[in-house]
Amino acid sequence: MAEPARVEGPWVRFWHEFAESRLALVGLALLALVVAIAILAPVISPQNPYDLAQLDVMDSKLAPGEASGTGKTYWLGTDDQGRDMLSGIYYGLRISLGVGIASTIFALAIGLVFGLVAAYFGGWVDTLVMRIVDIQLSFPAILIALVLLAVLGQGVDKIVVALVTVQWAYYARTVRSSALVERQKEYIEAARVLALGQARVVFRHLLPNCLPPLIVVATVQVAHAIALEATLSFLGLGLPITEPSLGLLISNGFQYLLSGKYWISFYPGIALLVTIMAINLVADQLRDVLNPRLRK
Amino acid sequence: MLAYAIRRFGQSFIVLVFMSFLVFVGVYAIGNPVELLVNPQADEAERIRATAALGLDKPFLEQYWVFLKGAASGDLGKSFVFNVPALTLILDKLPATIELAFVAMVIAISLGIPLGLVAGLKPDSFIGRGIMAGSIMGFSLPTFWVGLVLIMIFSVHLGWLPSNGRGETVLVAGIPVSFLTMDGIAHLAMPATNLALFKLSLLIRLTRAGTREAVLQDYVKFARAKGLPQRRVIGVHVLKNILIPIVTVIGLELGSVIAFAIVTESIFAWPGTGKLLIDSINQLDRPVIVAYLLVIVSLFVVINFVVDVLYSLLDPRVRLGGAAAAH
Repeated sequence: MAEPARVEGPWVRFWHEFAESRLALVGLALLALVVAIAILAPVISPQNPYDLAQLDVMDSKLAPGEASGTGKTYWLGTDDQGRDMLSGIYYGLRISLGVGIASTIFALAIGLVFGLVAAYFGGWVDTLVMRIVDIQLSFPAILIALVLLAVLGQGVDKIVVALVTVQWAYYARTVRSSALVERQKEYIEAARVLALGQARVVFRHLLPNCLPPLIVVATVQVAHAIALEATLSFLGLGLPITEPSLGLLISNGFQYLLSGKYWISFYPGIALLVTIMAINLVADQLRDVLNPRLRK
Repeated sequence: MLAYAIRRFGQSFIVLVFMSFLVFVGVYAIGNPVELLVNPQADEAERIRATAALGLDKPFLEQYWVFLKGAASGDLGKSFVFNVPALTLILDKLPATIELAFVAMVIAISLGIPLGLVAGLKPDSFIGRGIMAGSIMGFSLPTFWVGLVLIMIFSVHLGWLPSNGRGETVLVAGIPVSFLTMDGIAHLAMPATNLALFKLSLLIRLTRAGTREAVLQDYVKFARAKGLPQRRVIGVHVLKNILIPIVTVIGLELGSVIAFAIVTESIFAWPGTGKLLIDSINQLDRPVIVAYLLVIVSLFVVINFVVDVLYSLLDPRVRLGGAAAAH
């Protein structure tokens, strides 16, 4: 209660609290940059890395900053097929972010419905859903995803399915625990007394109040999804070679690493690191801002 | 206590049977291994003979039943590729994985708890902030990429450490271990550090959060007011109370370290079960995949069980709560 006189709207107050951490602002700026690059990749890339006609085998495995025979400079070097690494990274970011965000949205939707249903109805529905969640969460995500991909095969759709399968349980558990608390509160009782439909009570009254912890989990999970996709692609089980994500770019460079051609693996890794770190920094601050226990 | 242990054991067994079915159904759907094993020029008759020899011509449920009968007597089938029992293959490689996971955990614990304590006691100091920044880095760095960077620096650039294999091993009670020879330690250093990094960050955060909460408690203030030396306040009053969640997490993370060893083993060509799994997936060696998963699932079930029991020993509240619920 340091400044009792000022009246702020919830969004303005949220922004002020978020902006208290300079580190979080740096994270947000980096994240904005990464997203902008991912969206604008076709416009800002010096080269279309998927267009084989633009590649020249003569330019393969050039070191960063080296110029090709035609006078073009490859600032981050080229890979074994003469592909410009910078363009490869721009396009790779597009795929990595796309897969991460898509799987988070689907997993969020599925987890949300199961978590809310379990909390609202309770009884055997709750027991069944939570038992499945418990069993699933007792196994590391990477193991489940690995086995799923071994069964499903390669492809963007398959990796999204695998990521959704390993992630939905986190959301279901988070939603359920906050919905259990919210369900006891008077506004839910009031909504029931008004004889509103069950779907309306669950989605219009219960859901909005369960969102804050969910936003934090979802932010962290986007970072996890991106890292997991990269790991699986690195192991050769994620995306097909025709659509290289950052993990696949790193995997391609692995075989040249021992001969000192580090840049093919190194720079995509930096891009991956910056992306994940930016998301984690934002998530850390969101957790503090949205945590009622730390409210001054 | 005994009733609790028996009940937990029963649950674990049901999980195990359930998982075996899921794994079998899943792995059954993976491609046709005969295509990979038979000579591409082989005629139809030879293909059929190979399919029959592997038992793949029988209906699905019969295959599962044969598998269950075998599993009950400790036989998880023969590897299609190596033609030796899959379980033997896994158990041969398991010591390498466990050694790697264990050393990684030791590194994470022996660095993570002290660093977390420092960061928790002095959260606003330069050192405290530095440790936290490092732990955010550790969380964000993709494990496999760190492995590559380590190889790049220590194997390629400096030439100090070997980049693959286990090195020289010695037998301890009939099991080969690397950590007792200089060559073995040189081979172990990078993979173990790589695997430890994520857990190290996790332990730093956990210890820091626990410490920050604990130092505000009355019992710590009281211990300070009594004039106890700082050393004793932190070593006994703070540490003892934050240890419960830390021990739980360490126990549970042991399983995930073994799973993440799949990635580390692939990078450093560490001859453990994780590398075997990736090779088997690529070669559609179904019995080995199934055997690996069942061994790992059993390991997890055992670890969870031990953690639960340890937890109730460490924290009387859990034990009493469980007893009250049972009556």
